[in-house]
Amino acid sequence: MTTDLAVRLILLLPLAGAVFCGVLPLFLSGMRQREGLIGSVGTGAVAVPFALAVMLFLGSHHGDAHIAEFYTWMAAGDLSISFAYRVDALSLLMTLIVTGVGGVIHLYSVGYMHGDEGYWRFFAYLNLFIFAMLNLVLANSLPVLFLGWEGVGLCSYLLIGFWYREISNTAAANKAFIVNRIGDFAFLLAMFLLFREVGSLSFDALLGAADGLSQASLNWAVLLLFVGATGKSAQIPLFVWLPDAMAGPTPVSALIHAATMVTSGLYLLARLSALVLASQVMGLIAVVGALTALMAATIALTQDDIKKVLAYSTVSQLGYMFMAAGVGAFFVAIFHVLTHAFFKGCLFLCSGSVIHGMHEVEHELEHQGDVSEEHGLEEAEPHGVEGEKDMRKNPLPYDGPFDPQDMRTMGGLARYMPSTRWTYLLSTFAISGIPLFSGFFSKDEILFKTFEYGYSGGHAWAWAVWAVGVVTALLTALYMMRSYVLTFEGTPRWPRSAEGLAPHESPATMTIPLWILAAGAVGMGFIGLPAATTEIFGVENWIHHYLGAPYGGPVAEAELGAHVPMVIEWALIALGATIAVGGVVFAWTHYGKKEGIAYDGILAERLGGLYRLWRGKYFVDEGYDKGVVQPIIGGSKKGLAPFDAKIVDGAVNGLAQLTSGASGVLRYIQTGIVQNYALAIALGVVIVVGLMLLPVVLA
Amino acid sequence: MNVPLLTSIVIFLPLGGAGLAALASRGRSAKWVALLTTGATFVLSLGLWLGYDPATATTQAPQLADTWASWFPPGYDVKYSVGIDGLNILLVMLTTLLGPVVVLSSWHYIGERRQAYYALLLVLQTGVTGVFCAFDLLLFYFFFELTLIPMYFIIGIWGGEERIYAAVKFVIYTLVGSLLMLVAILFLGYAAAEGTGAVFTTDWYELLAFNMPAAQQLWLFALFALAFSIKVPLFPLHTWLPDAHVQAPTGGSVILAGVLLKMGTYGLVRFCLPIFPAAAQQAALVFGVLAVIGIIYGALVARAQSDAKKLVAYSSVSHLGFVVLGIFAFTTEAMQGAVIQMVNHGISTGALFLMVGMLYERRHTRLMADYGGLAASVPVLTSFAVFSVLASAGLPGLNGFVGEFMILLGSFKSEVLGAPVLVAFATLGVILAAVYLLHMVYRTFFGALDRQENRTMRDMNVREVALMLPLSCRPSRRSARPRPAGRRLT
Repeated sequence: MTTDLAVRLILLLPLAGAVFCGVLPLFLSGMRQREGLIGSVGTGAVAVPFALAVMLFLGSHHGDAHIAEFYTWMAAGDLSISFAYRVDALSLLMTLIVTGVGGVIHLYSVGYMHGDEGYWRFFAYLNLFIFAMLNLVLANSLPVLFLGWEGVGLCSYLLIGFWYREISNTAAANKAFIVNRIGDFAFLLAMFLLFREVGSLSFDALLGAADGLSQASLNWAVLLLFVGATGKSAQIPLFVWLPDAMAGPTPVSALIHAATMVTSGLYLLARLSALVLASQVMGLIAVVGALTALMAATIALTQDDIKKVLAYSTVSQLGYMFMAAGVGAFFVAIFHVLTHAFFKGCLFLCSGSVIHGMHEVEHELEHQGDVSEEHGLEEAEPHGVEGEKDMRKNPLPYDGPFDPQDMRTMGGLARYMPSTRWTYLLSTFAISGIPLFSGFFSKDEILFKTFEYGYSGGHAWAWAVWAVGVVTALLTALYMMRSYVLTFEGTPRWPRSAEGLAPHESPATMTIPLWILAAGAVGMGFIGLPAATTEIFGVENWIHHYLGAPYGGPVAEAELGAHVPMVIEWALIALGATIAVGGVVFAWTHYGKKEGIAYDGILAERLGGLYRLWRGKYFVDEGYDKGVVQPIIGGSKKGLAPFDAKIVDGAVNGLAQLTSGASGVLRYIQTGIVQNYALAIALGVVIVVGLMLLPVVLA
Repeated sequence: MNVPLLTSIVIFLPLGGAGLAALASRGRSAKWVALLTTGATFVLSLGLWLGYDPATATTQAPQLADTWASWFPPGYDVKYSVGIDGLNILLVMLTTLLGPVVVLSSWHYIGERRQAYYALLLVLQTGVTGVFCAFDLLLFYFFFELTLIPMYFIIGIWGGEERIYAAVKFVIYTLVGSLLMLVAILFLGYAAAEGTGAVFTTDWYELLAFNMPAAQQLWLFALFALAFSIKVPLFPLHTWLPDAHVQAPTGGSVILAGVLLKMGTYGLVRFCLPIFPAAAQQAALVFGVLAVIGIIYGALVARAQSDAKKLVAYSSVSHLGFVVLGIFAFTTEAMQGAVIQMVNHGISTGALFLMVGMLYERRHTRLMADYGGLAASVPVLTSFAVFSVLASAGLPGLNGFVGEFMILLGSFKSEVLGAPVLVAFATLGVILAAVYLLHMVYRTFFGALDRQENRTMRDMNVREVALMLPLSCRPSRRSARPRPAGRRLT
């Protein structure tokens, strides 16, 4: 099979799957309930492209970029954009992640979405997403990448609002789409600027022009692209949509809002790494990443909703990736994209499995008519510190309203859901950076690169970024272990009336994907061994060799003046390992053994205002609402709309009335003499033309 | 194939159909006459499409110019001259495509005086097609005014509660502009005669060849541009549009948004730019600024509406701002983007008006607050509506994107405008389009299905799907090929 044909199939099969699962059942309502058919077509439409991508991967010659060009999309003047796709190390690696992790999540969805009336729509959107995402990673020009970029945004919109009967889900979907569009606005401007300066938008032309561009244009272009990336990849200031995006079904959170779509900002920067390196906005990228990582980690520590914890954790981990990009270590950013896809994908799917189980509890409670709906979750405060020691660990029953995603109502699920529990624990170790788990390698490499950047170049900000990264690593271990313990350890905290109920482990279609992803979360780190190990074991850093420009790969990297001595590198590794283990052990002892869930209350008391700030998510949403949303909407409704009706239209109607009033008077000058009329017309024309010319002349 | 003859047939066949429809004894036969006529016209126009060779259209000459006997006595060079070139072929196709769609959309909606309605609809189509095909200024003017009369009656008779007000406003507003344009046409004809030593002429080619002194250009340009700016409509001359749209029956709205507004932007490209090149460049920034104000202003006012139809109407003000910006950028990319955007706006906004019309037909309300949760009761209608909304919002891969992208890209690099910041403001329209359009979807189709009337709503039937399908397909990639006639300017 030729590469062209393989690329064609990789792209078109998911699209065909989307049409099959979406368009046919829309018109043939009998097809909507055929879950077996839709599930297998939907999953197959991703699995086959994965197999093809593996084939390309095995058969590809390292360093070559194969361009598959199909047909012209738009052409005018200097502009000529065709549907051309680029197969190289970077795009192949991303394709493998998208179709591989994507395929696994499709399989999971077969079980997770069972019985949902929108089963067909779900698979259609999911397949459409894969199609768009593949356009994004395989594109050979910015506009085609943008096609994918907006396409994944659309699918994200459709899937966040998937359960549309709940209007808040649609509100979250709108928010995601619009915030992303703010980023897209910057992305578009970057394209316009680059096109004006370079005259082409294909990657070869852009990367080749890196030296020829003026520094100012280059800075603007990279800055604008970075703003675009902060939208898609949920960084300050545009991260606000991602936590709300958890309104979508959980496989969506795993696939789109953890493993693939949200990493596309990083992909964009890695793809244009030569441009980014030549610009002067590297420091900004790293600092924004670091601040986002820290901010999101502190929020994650204070959330009760298991998916919210994971959502903020994703924002935080993406921040790490931007830290890497900001110090010119793009291949490390992509390495973290890869490991993150496994462990965070697994964590989200686990949370889905947990929610699946907790729904059983909810049904039982509904059956007994014991669900209290009076209190909103927002009002519920963390548990106080008073009470007996036992009760502090496991207040029974939990007295707020029941919510299957609230960790305060969980506890003790380990004994009911062994597969979910173990895979969650393994992934928690991975994200926390416990030695030899995948996250340990990728996160440590990021911290090491920031350290090295500061060490070699004397960039003060790089040291600061490194320090923030270390603190965030500790927080990561804390909040992840907290979420594990609160969910799976101890005794159940759900209402007394549901006691004795045993939530069931999810079916095999759901647990098999968990184990596949967990295996990656454990083992994937070995493709990116740190330089220190090369000296001892003689094993090279595979992903660096595969992606890095020094080895013929597509991803450029910063050239450093000096390298960190081996001793310091080992010390940093030891520091990273200590922090991870320390954080995990601390959370285990405090949330598991000593204070239990009441430790939240203790934290709240000790940290005071800071804790409230974290729990309130820094009140960014409230600020945006007051500062941006309300002024625009309110201004349109109370300002512009009346202005349009009264002033702009009023002037027109006023002029008309004036005319008809005047005509009453002017009746008397209707002389019937044609010359007089001609004179009047000419006079009128002169006046009108004069008025019209006024602005033109003034301009 | 005699292509010049075919052009004339495509223009006048609907007029013949109008006569038949008017004479029909029953309303039922009138609508069948209308459907068959518009269908046949569309099929015939395919001949124009196939006979059109983009490779040779890069020259200024329309391939199929058709010059018949002069209407006027010797000494006046006024001809019946129609033709097809890269600039108008797509607009003609859009017009003939919308013909049957509009007839189908009126199928049950129009209940009374159907003979008159369909006859007027067909006269309107002749007028619009003539506007796009005319290569003589007086002929153009004739068709331009011809479109006013049927539209006046369509709004005034079959419109909503304030139809008379809207219809009168529409006619007078447009007439003010076009009468001044008539003055300019006559002046131009004499000026050309004086300048070249030849006879009075309104022939497009002659006028193109006649290089008017830059000083004279400005005020003639202004008169033409005023007439077209009202038609577009360009901010602040837009207020007739929401009234006309809201009051017009669905079919009227579709034609209005789909093709009537394009007469304004088409006129700018066909006449203002090539005949008054110096003046047009001088005024470019003024028009650019007004266009960008229109983009943002139209979008914000759209967001403030509670009436779905008014929202779509204001979205036209915003979308056509892009077209005007592209026209006055004087770059090939932006100009071609503007032409593509004219067609695509006709398709996506036409589709949106059809969707609003279908809702109105079912529930007799246009207020978004009266709906909510329709996705559960009418999934097919919801799917088409969301699709149209996304196309209108300029999602890449759907038809709205290419034009918008090319306009902005070309305007950004424009040296005539020389204002990238202005283009950055225009690009804000991309965000705002999502804001108001998604708001409409949010209020109308999602959320709880809490009203009984909405629960029992009927989904789209075969006729409705059939009329939406042509508007839901991406226009073929030939759409990227047209070369505007004003090429020498770019």
